[in-house]
Amino acid sequence: MINIRKRLADTGFGALALMVFVLSAFPVYWMVSTSFLPNNRIRGENLAFFPTPDVFTLDNYRAAIFSPRAPFAPAVLNSIGVTFLTLVIALVVGFVASLALTRFQFKGRRTFIVLILVVQMIPGEAMIISMFRIIDGWQLLNTIIGLTFVYTAGVLPFTIWTLRGFVNGVPKELEEAAMIDGCSRAGAFWRVTFPLLAPGLVATGVFAFIQAWNEFVTALVIMQRPEAMTLPLWLRTFVQATQATNWGAVMAASVLIAIPAVIFFLIVQGRMTGGLVSGAVKG
Amino acid sequence: MSSTLLDAPAPPRQEIRRKRRPPYLPWLLLSATMVILGVLTGFPLVRLVVMSFQEYERAQLMGLPAEWVGFDNYAAILTDVDGFWTVLARSFVLMVVLVVVTIVLGMLVALLMMRVGKAMRLLVSVGLLLAWAMPSLAATTVWGWLFDTQYGVVNNLLTSITGDRWFGYSWLLNPLSFFVIVTCIVVWGAVPFVAFTLYAGLTQIPEEVIEAAQLDGASAFQRFRLIQLPYVRSIVTVLVVLSMIWDLKLFTQVFVLQDIGGDRELTSTIGVYIYQTGMAQGHYGVASAIGVIFVIVMLAIAYPYVRRTLREEEL
Repeated sequence: MINIRKRLADTGFGALALMVFVLSAFPVYWMVSTSFLPNNRIRGENLAFFPTPDVFTLDNYRAAIFSPRAPFAPAVLNSIGVTFLTLVIALVVGFVASLALTRFQFKGRRTFIVLILVVQMIPGEAMIISMFRIIDGWQLLNTIIGLTFVYTAGVLPFTIWTLRGFVNGVPKELEEAAMIDGCSRAGAFWRVTFPLLAPGLVATGVFAFIQAWNEFVTALVIMQRPEAMTLPLWLRTFVQATQATNWGAVMAASVLIAIPAVIFFLIVQGRMTGGLVSGAVKG
Repeated sequence: MSSTLLDAPAPPRQEIRRKRRPPYLPWLLLSATMVILGVLTGFPLVRLVVMSFQEYERAQLMGLPAEWVGFDNYAAILTDVDGFWTVLARSFVLMVVLVVVTIVLGMLVALLMMRVGKAMRLLVSVGLLLAWAMPSLAATTVWGWLFDTQYGVVNNLLTSITGDRWFGYSWLLNPLSFFVIVTCIVVWGAVPFVAFTLYAGLTQIPEEVIEAAQLDGASAFQRFRLIQLPYVRSIVTVLVVLSMIWDLKLFTQVFVLQDIGGDRELTSTIGVYIYQTGMAQGHYGVASAIGVIFVIVMLAIAYPYVRRTLREEEL
């Protein structure tokens, strides 16, 4: 009797889990599926739920990439340029700063850390107006440099905060042991600590990459010219309601933007939840 | 000053070749950070406050000197019931709904992951990861397509299920169903983080505790309320605060859904309202004042989180 009830419950929860999977995966599936379907199977009451070989097409990708209203190539180059520059600057500057905050004791250290934490809470959406005026004043509107500046300032506090955690995770004693064995302080750091930090640097860099790649609001304000658009702005031009939306092309464009973000995200997702949980569960 | 008596004897100096480090070295390492944050966060913040006390319109953009108007911009906002207060109230109500739905669903999914077997748990994880990894802009276009007026799969399925004709039903025009879709997009993207975090917390509860409660005859709900929930309470608190911050900042999803076909007047949240007032209508001074108020509200909400984090880091 109890056995039957348990089996029934197991089946029920299994079905529930299946439902959670379907609900969370379906929109992603639908995006990919639609992007490979011809217009006559997207529009109309007879929907195709799967791009079978007889209807499979790459027309939507062609329509997205060769869209006359928003050129794809400059948008890709702008996005790659801004993302790459932001990533490099934020990592280098953030890494050096995190060293100062972990390996040194000095007056003002605590204040600085508090500041780094508080700065992350200031919403960028509130600052778009003054940011626009400042970048405009420097003649940097519609330039990769202008947008990179803003992005770097945006991701830097988070970068420092995360790297600080990683550096703290490498015990100082390791360095000291190397120094006793005759390494200089710098040598001990580069040969012992730095290699141990490599995974942390990769993870932090990927987060900076994803943030810059997906950012929308600031780009909207600073990159207004068509040739200055980043990929998110380029995607937006497809859904602006001036004419009937070509959903096939929109989904193809969405896939193109999502692929790098999803791949990089999957590489580092394991490190996302860890920090919040460790030490948070109290007995 | 230091209690030399209690300190361990210092190792002989010459053993570790330690040069005395110059006291300015940490500040040298921090200098680039200070320049970047000073110029690109501090300065814009100051400029925002300054502009909020000025008359700053399109003419000032062209070079006309900006006049000081004291608290006029703030007075204009705070007496604007149909504009600012409505937007603020809308943003807060939406935020509360989003946070509650996200946390409750996230908790249920985490409990489900505890309950099911390995294979099903993996399946759920894969689905959640896909949803989590999607950029919010791409997520918005996809959900916009799912709920499309003419060809959306939702209207299609509703038609075949209910038998009524749903083709042509516009979800975005009605503000209420507009926000139902916003809720879908945000919750869909936010539940994975909440569920994974809570699941990680729940797995750290010692099994003996649960087993003992089971032997004592506690029902599943009692075990949740009396054991599991208290264990993860501090995680839930952090998740709630973080969700509040993220959901109040909502911009992309609302803005792009408005592009696809919503009514901007009836659906703007604070961030979008700042953009509309400033960038679209050219009232830069008023928009700056709203921005200042927004920053203050956000810092107030974040205050407990900042304090808790600092306490935990034992600084």
